[in-house]
Amino acid sequence: MAQPYMKKDDDDEDVEYSPFYGIEKGAVLQEARAFHDPQLDARKCSQVITKLLYLLNQGETFTKVEATEVFFAVTKLFQSKDAGLRRLVYLMIKELSPSSDEVIIVTSSLMKDMNSKTDMYRANAIRVLCRIIDGTLLTQIERYLKQAIVDKNPVVASAALVSGIHLLQANPEIVKRWSNEVQEAVQSRFALVQFHGLALLHQIRQNDRLAISKMVSGLTRGSVRSPLAQCLLIRYTSQVIRESSMNTQTSDRPFFDYLESCLRHKSEMVILEAARKIAEMDVTSRELAPAITVLQLFLSSSKPVLRFAAVRTLNKVAMTRPLAVTNCNVDLESLMSDQNRSIATLAITTLLKTGNESSVDRLMKQITNFMSDIADEFKIVVVEAIRSLCLKFPLKYRSMMNFLSNSLREEGGFEYKKAIVDSIVTLISEIPDAKEIGLLYLCEFIEDCEFTYLSSQILHLLGNEGPRTSDPSRYIRYIYNRVILENATVRASAVSTLAKFGALVDALKPRIFVLLRRCLFDTDDEVRDRATLYLQTLDGEVAVGSTEKDVKEFLFGSFDVPLANLEASLKTYEPSEEPFDISLVSREVKSQPLQEKKAPGKKPPAGAPAPAPVPAVDAYQKILSSIPEFSGFGRLFKSSEPVELTEAETEYAINVVKHIYSSHVVLQYNCTNTIPEQLLENVTVYVDATDAEEFSEVCSKPLRSLPYDSPGQIFVAFEKPEHVPATGKFSNVLKFIVKEVDTSTGEVDEDGVEDEYQIEDLEIVSADYMLRVAVSNFRNAWENMDPESERVDEYGLGVRESLAEAVSAVISILGMQPCEGTEVVPKNARSHTCLLSGVFIGDAKVLVRLSFGLSGPKEVAMKLAVRSDDPEVSDKIHEIVASG
Amino acid sequence: MESCPSVKNILLLDSEGKRVAVKYYTDDWPTLSAKLAFEKSVFVKTQKATAGAEAEIVMFDGHIVVYKFIQDLHFFVTGGEEENELILASVLQGFTDAVDIILRNNVDKRTALENLDLILLCLDEIVDGGIVLETEGSVIAEKVSAHGIEGATSLAEQTIVQALTTAREHLTKSLLM
Repeated sequence: MAQPYMKKDDDDEDVEYSPFYGIEKGAVLQEARAFHDPQLDARKCSQVITKLLYLLNQGETFTKVEATEVFFAVTKLFQSKDAGLRRLVYLMIKELSPSSDEVIIVTSSLMKDMNSKTDMYRANAIRVLCRIIDGTLLTQIERYLKQAIVDKNPVVASAALVSGIHLLQANPEIVKRWSNEVQEAVQSRFALVQFHGLALLHQIRQNDRLAISKMVSGLTRGSVRSPLAQCLLIRYTSQVIRESSMNTQTSDRPFFDYLESCLRHKSEMVILEAARKIAEMDVTSRELAPAITVLQLFLSSSKPVLRFAAVRTLNKVAMTRPLAVTNCNVDLESLMSDQNRSIATLAITTLLKTGNESSVDRLMKQITNFMSDIADEFKIVVVEAIRSLCLKFPLKYRSMMNFLSNSLREEGGFEYKKAIVDSIVTLISEIPDAKEIGLLYLCEFIEDCEFTYLSSQILHLLGNEGPRTSDPSRYIRYIYNRVILENATVRASAVSTLAKFGALVDALKPRIFVLLRRCLFDTDDEVRDRATLYLQTLDGEVAVGSTEKDVKEFLFGSFDVPLANLEASLKTYEPSEEPFDISLVSREVKSQPLQEKKAPGKKPPAGAPAPAPVPAVDAYQKILSSIPEFSGFGRLFKSSEPVELTEAETEYAINVVKHIYSSHVVLQYNCTNTIPEQLLENVTVYVDATDAEEFSEVCSKPLRSLPYDSPGQIFVAFEKPEHVPATGKFSNVLKFIVKEVDTSTGEVDEDGVEDEYQIEDLEIVSADYMLRVAVSNFRNAWENMDPESERVDEYGLGVRESLAEAVSAVISILGMQPCEGTEVVPKNARSHTCLLSGVFIGDAKVLVRLSFGLSGPKEVAMKLAVRSDDPEVSDKIHEIVASG
Repeated sequence: MESCPSVKNILLLDSEGKRVAVKYYTDDWPTLSAKLAFEKSVFVKTQKATAGAEAEIVMFDGHIVVYKFIQDLHFFVTGGEEENELILASVLQGFTDAVDIILRNNVDKRTALENLDLILLCLDEIVDGGIVLETEGSVIAEKVSAHGIEGATSLAEQTIVQALTTAREHLTKSLLM
């Protein structure tokens, strides 16, 4: 690393040293003409190919024409008998990845090499050929590949097996026919052939659980020699164990003995793999202990890689089972000074998880020394570990808060500072005792904070928490300093914060007024505007809110419109006479994963970036309002996720979106015709609503024609009683006229045949009338609701798979938005509380508090408390749950 | 994911972080600039380390990188977050051993560039499309040099001498431990 010479000398040396100095693509491409020479100079050609490979390796690209030219030139070199040159030719062909019409030119040469007497030619020719051919050519050479798999030369066999693994992606049906040969390869006496054979065999059978299980049970009896193959077998075994435990519910683990025996293997690679797999499993402490012991031994290895692997695994174990790792604490502490900072950081974060209350102070001292010489990214990991430790031992908050505030004073980038601030904020909200001291630390921090984002965030927090502390006046100085010293964004935040103090603390009000009035002379519009607004509001003279409650609601109320939706609506808003109405913005939180679901049959190309989340409701609103028949329905309340009405891979792919209006429901059927030989005309959906008494069909908009693979929509509208969450079942039949299409000419047959197609039933359920709307602070929102509207009842949910399953079932029945991450049930929990929020049809805000408990084995009981703007809605929620 | 151990890339950079030879086996870095950015951050993150005889390791952005420095050459092998570190380390070991044999103990940038064809063939013999082909340095070197452009015999002799030295080294190492 330490180069004694100066940079300049270094450059000079490059000139002398590099055989590729001053190399240029154009010139090399010229040189490649030598490949066409009838009298080939193998040495010269090798040099030119090396230059071409060098260029490609440095990131140079060839245009299509250049690549084709080079490719053709290179194919000429098959005439040479020079072995070294041939190897470079193989390499070059792989780098150029020729198109399928070019491949044909080299196929015969490569096939000749595949059957040559030189093993090295054969192995390489197989790898090259398999890399570039397509399915049809593959069937031609399949015979040779099958032979190669069982070839007595291990290099040839491995080449064929590895190629098989790659080919399986695109041509599974062909590779699957090689099963017998691959099985023979698994028994090979050559270590690597066994490894490659096992990998391919597993991939061939990966969807056949029984076959995998059989394979594992055959091999675990000990015929696998190579450590790599052994590692594979461990992975497959743990997979079998996991799947069998999922199905049978018993604690019987068929191959666990095998995993344990691998802990005594002579190769460290195998030991590590086995220890890691055992640690990932749901095993008893006794079963876990041997794995922890070998990992502990690794901790004091001389090899950094091994120490790292061990500490990383222990760190993971410590997340869920800290007690199992405590034995290693001494070794971990010595790793805190490891040369390798990754190892040291992992050791510290592990210790922070396994440490007990008494060791916290000592640990914090040690970490303080350590922090100064690690990079920001490691510091962030440490800060996050300290936060969770503090939540675990709230009594120790003093030393940890102290540590965090010291870290705030040190140098550090934005991400690091943000991690610390976030941690302090979390601790403030979770540990009441820590609140005042934490706020003061943050105040100190904003006195000298270069990050606008963090200053604003802290000011906002101060505004919400500060007025409720024992001595609110002590914060005012820090806040007003911001108005004097900072940029406009921070000044504006500070003004809002001041106003909040004024609203809540009557004693401070006159002084706040003085300060706010000074802000009226600020140079920035936003700051002046805010100051004016708050002065008026707090004065109570001009009515933004005439009562005190309104003032507080205005200042502290949460903003319940999701920002993404607001942004989208503002973008589509066209300036006109009508002012922008925020109440029209959809308040539904779109859950991301569901969004990406697409109509079947139209898979997005693999690897394409996931489409940006489009607020579907807005798009729907646009489509629907453009249809005159639906324009009188009023505001669209909610649109459901698409519900599939056909199986995947059927002739016609149909899904439906339910659009809910206050007294109407519109069903939007999205249809895709997946048969190239057909054109559908006059497509209608005949909806039978006899099982949905409260609905009556108003109108229907059929589709005039539905050509192959271009989706179209059919709409059917129903009327229903206003604001009533009517439910019902609809059966659907698709009716249409089929016309034959000649796919070669695109001509459509004149005569069509009437036909119909049964699709699945559709249900409108209560959840369809519920908008998923998040609230930022559930407790506040709950307390602000009228307690009179509360309805509480208890339900027995019967035997359930798990608590988590019961929770998610109730959430999906209600169709509400889980708040504050409470939809996640911790493992092995016996009880759980889940908070939900939503808006019910008729714009009634609903909050639900669900308390689950396990009584007896897997018997789940639930207490349901609802508060809502409208007591009737609270009752309705209970009805929904009772009937669900 | 229960799948085959896989190598995402093998990098051979010089002491300034410039490419000598690189090979990417996955699409994690689709563009040239993504690749160069990755190489740069790997180089910077490992710069402070004093990689001696033992391979070192670093984890970042969901990748595990094992590495080793010999003279002015930096060797890196990258794998996924869940990968068995020791498998990656064995690939790295195989690579450095093979290069050492191919370059006849003169492992430096200049010699590496002068024998770039052999280095590239070496990369080709270690890993195929992310799957480990061979990790034994002497076997890799043999596969590459059996078709050496010149002096195939002398190189073969060299291999035997080399094998003896390696054996001796191994012996002393095991005695020391």
